[in-house]
Amino acid sequence: MKPFSSINRVLSRLPENLAIIFMCVVWIIPTLGLLVTSFRTSEAVRTSGWWTALSPKQAASSAEYTTYCASCHGSDGKGVASVDLSNPAVLDKYPRTNRLLAMLRQPVNGEAHVKNPPLPEKAADALAIMTPIQEHLQTLGSGSQESVWSGLTLRNYADAVVGYKGTQDYLTDCEQKNPSALAKFKCDLTDVFNPEGMGSALINTLFVAIPSTFFPILIAAFAAYAFSWMDFKGRQWLFALLVGLQIIPLQMTLVPIARMYASLGMQGTFVGIWLFHTGFGLPYAIYLMRNFLGSLPREIFESAYLDGANHFSAFTRLALPLSIPAIGSLAIFQFLWIWNDFLIAKIFLSNNPVLTVQITNLIDPRGGNWHIMTGAAFLSFIVPMTVFFLFQKSFVRGLLAGSVKG
Amino acid sequence: MTLSIMKQGRWTPFLYLLPALVIMFIFIIYPMANTFVLSFMDKTGTQSAAVDCMPGEPCWGVLENYRYALTSSDMLTALRNNASWLLLMVPGTVLAGLFFAVLADRVRYEALAKSIIFMPMAISFIGAGIIWRFVFALESGGGQQIGILNAIIVGLGGQPVAWLSTPAINNYALMVVGVWLWSGFCMTILSAAIKAVPTEILEAARVDGANEWDVFIQIMLPMIMPTIVVVTTTMVINVLKIFDIVYVMTGGNFGTEVIANRMFNLIVTDTGRSMAIAIILVLLTVPIMIFNMVRFRQQEAMR
Repeated sequence: MKPFSSINRVLSRLPENLAIIFMCVVWIIPTLGLLVTSFRTSEAVRTSGWWTALSPKQAASSAEYTTYCASCHGSDGKGVASVDLSNPAVLDKYPRTNRLLAMLRQPVNGEAHVKNPPLPEKAADALAIMTPIQEHLQTLGSGSQESVWSGLTLRNYADAVVGYKGTQDYLTDCEQKNPSALAKFKCDLTDVFNPEGMGSALINTLFVAIPSTFFPILIAAFAAYAFSWMDFKGRQWLFALLVGLQIIPLQMTLVPIARMYASLGMQGTFVGIWLFHTGFGLPYAIYLMRNFLGSLPREIFESAYLDGANHFSAFTRLALPLSIPAIGSLAIFQFLWIWNDFLIAKIFLSNNPVLTVQITNLIDPRGGNWHIMTGAAFLSFIVPMTVFFLFQKSFVRGLLAGSVKG
Repeated sequence: MTLSIMKQGRWTPFLYLLPALVIMFIFIIYPMANTFVLSFMDKTGTQSAAVDCMPGEPCWGVLENYRYALTSSDMLTALRNNASWLLLMVPGTVLAGLFFAVLADRVRYEALAKSIIFMPMAISFIGAGIIWRFVFALESGGGQQIGILNAIIVGLGGQPVAWLSTPAINNYALMVVGVWLWSGFCMTILSAAIKAVPTEILEAARVDGANEWDVFIQIMLPMIMPTIVVVTTTMVINVLKIFDIVYVMTGGNFGTEVIANRMFNLIVTDTGRSMAIAIILVLLTVPIMIFNMVRFRQQEAMR
């Protein structure tokens, strides 16, 4: 009966597997849509859903081809019809003439299909419908099978990196030496650092995130050591206050600090934002470090002291090396939090926009530049996603230490 | 319990604490006090808020900014929205997280499945906002729908929906984004709690003939209840402070504004009101802060 019992087990597990897979699919589709869209041409993004990019175009238009074109051009698309297309009598025989004519006005394989055919009034509508057929014909003519990947492009990423908002894409406009592009861009590698692009925003973000991760951890380590292995009046009380401070909404402090910075001339400086992140990172950092340091066995400290170590050497030679795992979790946590922060960067560093701020600068309220937005958003994901997948365990450990041990 | 094993100078601990205390004082304690004072001041933060009172209209004198923060229609909308965020998103994330943590615990591809649900936590709210603006995108001109949600609805023969600008549904649309973002957080913490439940207890119950549902309700749920409480309080704080999602998805338009957005919008134009809203926000978090501190003291007592 063994085979049956194993089938039975699979079947009884089926609902939960389906539920998990369903949830995973639902969770991943939004991000997948953004990823696929970021590789599509602006035209394709505007006119069709991203999911159509995953199915080969040929399949999408071959039905139309058979209906409208195969009678003249043959199933392989290579037949050339000997017919006078400018003769209305000929065209009247075909119910789809209007659309056909509209299409014929478009070039095929780089040449005009028919020169100046009479174009009916509703040609514009017709054009939209014929576009897939035209694409199909072009594919046939060039003799190559259109693959899923051929419609995809990296140009959105170029646009996002340099922050280009022109009507065409940056690379095309630069190739054509379009004056609108040349007015603001040099069309060489220095454009990567254009202050309106994601390239410079990436540099700003790194310049914000690295010191803002380092300083609070260093300062917190000292404080956490004192909380764990030193005795002083008010220790419990001070630490309980710290636990409370963790949930102060940072909105509370924005205006006073902005005013303070303004009077000190620190508004919009990197030092200002480092200090702010340090201040706000500290309660959680001390809390987590203290929980970790406090859980180390006291014997090792005892023997160190007996061997003549003082607090400082116990801290630098024992506590710090031993708390590498905690420091790792904390660093990942703080780094991701700063990388993804929007509000603080928006208020204190809007002149040097970080990635999140730059993305919102690129938003077109009319929704016309999805191709750039999606590229920009994904550029901002690369680092956090890499960090996340590489150090997932540490990240989760930090999360657990913060909210469960508490 | 004596902590110090080694003799130390009376001031040594404070030497270690000093940098942290000074920075936290400058960046948290002092600004809080300053915010409190500013909440009684006018638009520019230079004179009493009472100067903003209009003759013949209700006025709370120096508390004028609080009148705005508690009774103005803008703020009532924001408070109502925050309340519905709390009522729907907190249970939504906790239940989704619990559901997934329990299920994923029972399959072999647990790590992969959990990564997928957790992944949104790694990206910015701004990025998540872009992702979801695209999901909710509406093509009203008769072209093909490029937002997947409307494409599905049209594909099923329905009418496309303006998810983000229809007041009856846009708040729920934003909450969906919130659930998508935060469920992974709840799942991760709850999953760790589930793993900590001794399998012997669960097996013993199963041997005694309890079905999976009974095992879950009567054994697992009570054992992970403390963690559920922690996750719930953390989510309450997160939802109270919710800002970025609304900012990037609707900008607070179409009746979607929440407390933090109202506060942000007034920062430049009316400091006094903005700060009064900030105080309201922090007052809302006080009960949870006290709850956390009490829980912390209890745990310390058990150490």
